[in-house]
Amino acid sequence: MIDIHPVVIFIAAIFTSNMIFSNFLGMCSFIAVSKEIPTAIGLGIAVTVVLTFTTILNYFVYWYILDPLGLEYLMYIVFILVIAAYVQLLEMILERYLPNLYYALGIFLPLITVNCAILGVSLFMVTRQYNFSQTIGFAVGSGMGWLLAITAMAGIRSKLSNNEIPEGLRGTPITLIITGIMALAFIGFSGMVQIQ
Amino acid sequence: MPTKLEVKKVFNKGIYTENPVLIQVVGICSALAVTNRMMNSLIMGIALTFVTAFTSLTVSTLKSHTPKHIRMMIQVLIISSYVIIVDIFLKAYMPEMSAALGPYVGLIITNCIIMGRAEGFALSNAPTISFLDGIGVGVGYTIVLMAISLVRELFGFGTIFNIAIMPEGFTSWTFMVMPPSAFFILACITWFANNQIIKKNKEGVEKK
Repeated sequence: MIDIHPVVIFIAAIFTSNMIFSNFLGMCSFIAVSKEIPTAIGLGIAVTVVLTFTTILNYFVYWYILDPLGLEYLMYIVFILVIAAYVQLLEMILERYLPNLYYALGIFLPLITVNCAILGVSLFMVTRQYNFSQTIGFAVGSGMGWLLAITAMAGIRSKLSNNEIPEGLRGTPITLIITGIMALAFIGFSGMVQIQ
Repeated sequence: MPTKLEVKKVFNKGIYTENPVLIQVVGICSALAVTNRMMNSLIMGIALTFVTAFTSLTVSTLKSHTPKHIRMMIQVLIISSYVIIVDIFLKAYMPEMSAALGPYVGLIITNCIIMGRAEGFALSNAPTISFLDGIGVGVGYTIVLMAISLVRELFGFGTIFNIAIMPEGFTSWTFMVMPPSAFFILACITWFANNQIIKKNKEGVEKK
């Protein structure tokens, strides 16, 4: 478990243990924001950036502060605070120095605090006991996997909007069925690498 | 104190007309992840009911003392405190269950149901009724989870609550244990629920 090369973890996090298709993380925003490709890509990039940096921050917080002091049980509260504080900070920095990017991503940032993928990756990082380079591989890979999934989903849904779907299936049910089929397709990768 | 009618209304809303998973489509991350076994779903449902009910109670009690602009932060802190209690309890009394649920216990924090109830109901209602509302929503969530896991465990392992149901020689469907099946089953349940709503709306129009 511990001797996996970071690059392998990176590939695995994108394909074989994709956040959405095998761990069901970040489903709420995945379903709500996957209607159009540009917004989906915007949210995907924002998630990738926030996920990478908060996971690295949480790595240091957990292994250098909480673990030596024996405060592991405070993990949840500390992680969510780190994520919320980071998002808030990022929002302020972007608004001050990169206003264009801020207006493009602005609406997504508050949504990200409650995205389970972000907290989930930090928690998996702790339970699977990754070292620093593995953590980076896992965080970047998970973020890109999420971006890939939501972009593909948005593409399919924008094609779908011209088709006739039975009334009861419209909206969430059809999205879930498509996600299921995509998850089945991703199982095809599972022989490649395995990290769980 | 809330009257009997109000209590009935709140439960009816949480379980049926505003079911968190089926109608509002929130909190499905955990709904899908833990439903491979019925026992896991039951414990997860109880844990979520506990956290939602007590968070609503606390938020509602403290609502006149919390400044508006930092209320989200305070809600997150309240939720995480209760989740820590649940986590410690599971680790102490049900170590296997705690291992099976893994990080999904911690992910109760980011379950939108709790934040949604705190923001949408507890902030504008009295403590007792908010508490009951939390229980109602939690029960609604648990029922959906149980329904999904019933199908998955029955076909995936041939058991219900770890008791063998299927006859000897039953070949378990590996598909049901894998993640995609959860998506398909939840899709079928929401499809059914949507059809019910459409039917009801049509009847309403015809009556008028």
